[in-house]
Amino acid sequence: MIGSGVLKGMAVTARNFVGSYFEKDRLITVQYPEERNPLPENYRNFPFLIYDGNDAEAGLRCVACKICEKECPPQCIYITKSEDKKPDYMGKPQFYPAVFDIDISVCMSCQICVEVCPFEAIKMDKVFELSRRERFDALLMRKNELTKSNSYYHEIHPMEAAEVDAKLAEAAEAAAKKKAAAAAASTTSSAPPTPATPSATSRSSTS
Amino acid sequence: MTTTIQTLEAIERPPVTMGSRLEGELMEVSMGPQHPSTHGVFRMNVALEGEIVRKLKPVFGYLHRNHEKIGENTSYLGSMPYTDRLDYFCSMTNNWAYALSVEKLAGIEVPERAEYLRVILAELTRLQNHTSLLGFLLNDMGAWGTPLMYAFREREKILDLFESLSGSRMMCDYMRFGGCRVDAGPDWIERAKKVVDAFPRFLDEFEKLVVSNEILIARTQEVGKLSAELAINAGITGPMLRACGVNYDLRKVDGYGIYPRFKFRVPLGDHGDTYDRLMMRVLEMRESIGILQQAFEQIPTGPVMNPKVKIRAFRPPVGEAYGRIEGPKGELGFYLISDGTGNPYRYRVRPPSFINLTILEDLCLGHTVADVMVILGSVDIVMGEVDR
Repeated sequence: MIGSGVLKGMAVTARNFVGSYFEKDRLITVQYPEERNPLPENYRNFPFLIYDGNDAEAGLRCVACKICEKECPPQCIYITKSEDKKPDYMGKPQFYPAVFDIDISVCMSCQICVEVCPFEAIKMDKVFELSRRERFDALLMRKNELTKSNSYYHEIHPMEAAEVDAKLAEAAEAAAKKKAAAAAASTTSSAPPTPATPSATSRSSTS
Repeated sequence: MTTTIQTLEAIERPPVTMGSRLEGELMEVSMGPQHPSTHGVFRMNVALEGEIVRKLKPVFGYLHRNHEKIGENTSYLGSMPYTDRLDYFCSMTNNWAYALSVEKLAGIEVPERAEYLRVILAELTRLQNHTSLLGFLLNDMGAWGTPLMYAFREREKILDLFESLSGSRMMCDYMRFGGCRVDAGPDWIERAKKVVDAFPRFLDEFEKLVVSNEILIARTQEVGKLSAELAINAGITGPMLRACGVNYDLRKVDGYGIYPRFKFRVPLGDHGDTYDRLMMRVLEMRESIGILQQAFEQIPTGPVMNPKVKIRAFRPPVGEAYGRIEGPKGELGFYLISDGTGNPYRYRVRPPSFINLTILEDLCLGHTVADVMVILGSVDIVMGEVDR
């Protein structure tokens, strides 16, 4: 019978319409500003810089090696290396970024800066409500806007952050052991005692 | 809307096929680039006789982003996120094709689990690409909203899976040379299984909604017929080629990745018209579900990344490689020439939807303007890939 196909289709529409009142599967819309879907653990948006402890300047992990600036495909990172050095979390004097800007209007959230960073200093943020009144300066994130604490990182990516902390603690332990071994070898030849290295486990303030 | 077309000097008039008795002047119309049915910024210069298309000239380039030149100026790894932006519906298969060609170039092995994950993600991509294509095709036909909404509802579930695995819904940037970026946890596999198991129910419903619909049949059958000879000569690939009855599926022909391990059939069409192209997608989705279920059963545990591959300063040896996969739209290939530096010397994309679009005129001649939109929808183009 001509028209039966159309009627069959109408029946499907009717089932979906009625079903949307009873089945969660058929009505998946979320009324966004009031209701929100939880973001998955791996969600990524724009990069931020991690610091340890409470002081954003002193605890900054970034040593301004500029690898991320070089590898960034859309070239949205701009770094100026500092003139002087400051001690990092292991007590070793390191350079730090005097300027660290990310133009998030250019950034394409590809996570390559995170992957190439040898110091676990740059990670992906989950903040996505970033609309601004201006296009240029407002979307250029300066260093003070980019730095966020390690505990914040633990909050947004709990599993990944725990992994990173374990890795860093291992590296710090290995470095401390090496130093101790070197110190033990050189104590026979009147070397100064090694400075106490702060242990990596106390550094990571897990939330 | 009326403009002049530069290259319409001599228009040959093929015999009228649609029973138009009016012998009038040709009207030159520019459809697009802002036309709602052109799937992005695509323009067609058509010469019409009444409503019948007598000549059609596709005009593209409105979305040109210098993709290949950028690929030659960024590192091998840096091109990976750009490949997401080619065909933004299928970023996972784009990643795979690019990773495959770099792996060929540098001779990199991929761990077993990563191969399985790649197959799972590629088939999920095929599912979501074909569902949204069906929705859009019906939308072009005048079934405003409803089928597209149902299709997007299902697509959303797959995109949620992509988001929880890779961090992004559409711009996944998930695969790397020598594996995948992060491992999928057991809960992810469970969720994916659930989505795939629920998918046939949606397909049944969708088929009931549209396939026997008289309006759809009248609009698609015998519209935009493509002969197998022309399809092969023009280099058409993917579901469009198989709708003409040519048995050519790279998953079978090349057997790239671990596809030879899976049992699946290649659906073939008979007439090569728009209806066949539409049904081809439905049948392919059913086969994809079969592949996914086999992959979920067989997936081993283990690493997902080859530890020998350097992330920083990746330099493949001098040489050239062409890696190709059966994307949802057809053969997607990446051709790379390496001169031993960090950037490719030449980076070329073989986009399926661009090459499938070249025969648009042959499909549309003699049909009405309204049919042009349906035919264009059945070709399955994404302008990001056509213009690059």
